[in-house]
Amino acid sequence: MHIGTGMFYGEVLALLRRRSELVHPLVFLLIVVSLFPLALGGRQLLVTELAPVAVWVAALLASTLALSGMFRADYEAGMLDRLLLSRRSLTGLMWGKVAAYWLVSGLPLVLLSGLLGVLLQLPAAALQALVLTLLLGTPILTLLGAIIMALAVGVRDVGTLPPLLLLPLYVPVLVVACSAVSNALHGQPYLAELYFLGGLLLLSMALAPPATALSLRVRVCE
Amino acid sequence: MRVPWFIARYASAREFYVLTESWPLWLGLLGALLLVAGLYGGLVLAGPDALQGEVYRIIYVHVPSAWMSLFAYVCLALFGLVGLVWRTRVSLAAARACAPLGAAFTLLALLTGAIWGKPTWGAWWVWDARLSAELVLFFLYLGYMALQTAVPDPRAAARAGAVLALVGLVNVPIIHFSVEWWSTLHQGSTVSLFADSRIHISMLVPLLLMAGAFKCYFGAVLLMRMQAELLLLDRDRAWVLQQVSGTP
Repeated sequence: MHIGTGMFYGEVLALLRRRSELVHPLVFLLIVVSLFPLALGGRQLLVTELAPVAVWVAALLASTLALSGMFRADYEAGMLDRLLLSRRSLTGLMWGKVAAYWLVSGLPLVLLSGLLGVLLQLPAAALQALVLTLLLGTPILTLLGAIIMALAVGVRDVGTLPPLLLLPLYVPVLVVACSAVSNALHGQPYLAELYFLGGLLLLSMALAPPATALSLRVRVCE
Repeated sequence: MRVPWFIARYASAREFYVLTESWPLWLGLLGALLLVAGLYGGLVLAGPDALQGEVYRIIYVHVPSAWMSLFAYVCLALFGLVGLVWRTRVSLAAARACAPLGAAFTLLALLTGAIWGKPTWGAWWVWDARLSAELVLFFLYLGYMALQTAVPDPRAAARAGAVLALVGLVNVPIIHFSVEWWSTLHQGSTVSLFADSRIHISMLVPLLLMAGAFKCYFGAVLLMRMQAELLLLDRDRAWVLQQVSGTP
């Protein structure tokens, strides 16, 4: 059994019990996305054109919200010290944590995108591209988010600091994903963008969990 | 890994302070000399550009500051890495001293770029690949500095910042290539290490002199900031009291 498996089950259970923490980011996403058509006043062409931007910007913001509690409860309960003292690999444990967070907060976001596509009146091809980019992109957001949330453990302005550190790191995902969906909207191929996102996903899967473990060590041991 | 003694001695805050106390002065003088030579060569000796006329002369500030903005970020991350691995306070102080300087160079590159863009492209700002990458780099610096102010203990802040800078260093090329998806308005690089530079020698020499002047400025101010940081970190140690009160 993988080291992170126990962590994974435990986190999923804990997250399912803190239901508001899961649902609020999704509601936030829904509200932000619907702000765009409201502001555009029903200019349909513009709404469809801006749909990938609206969904992706909202997804970035929602993920900074959804991940903000990643280490808070553990920190307050003193669990982080126990994690660091455990003989098991901290990187493995972080794997379990990130996987749990993506399953419970990232995947619902992907599922919700079908509804968003209808809201923004996306054609089927573009909706398919949107779902694919979200499927490849949201795990990257969770992986990068874990590093920053670990760095922000125990800082004073925990509300504003993580988005400040995190959003610049999200830029490549945003750029490539929006380019893919907008290509699909105009009937262009977007396979190259998907490959690029896939490459980013693999890179962050390899580097982010050890970086998260390092961040926790740096923040908690000092 | 064993560090050779002639590097290791700089890891002590006191040794570092005493050994480098006079360096900013010499680096500053050298930088001033290079600056005068570079400005004279660039503004007086070099001819106007065939396409852009006199406007192009802003490259003597714009290009060195853009180079320095990336160079300072690499320094920031490497100082941080050394500080994380060998736990040396001097390198953590160096990383902390690096960030505002790098941010200033980035801002200077963005501002001079805007001033150059207005007459040549007709707009202060365009969302072009290189400008966007530089802007995101500026945000990365701001994030680092925000983290430094959010964590009260300077040592803990520097170590957290080191991790952040390393993550950012991996991200910088990715950001660059991802924004390259857009068609770019910015001219391509004219100076290259590996191919013949597409710039006349009378323009290249002043440009390199200016780059040297910027490097010296960076070194001098970095050392001064590091010295101040080390004095502050060790403010209750005997050697700082000796330095400040001037008694041997």
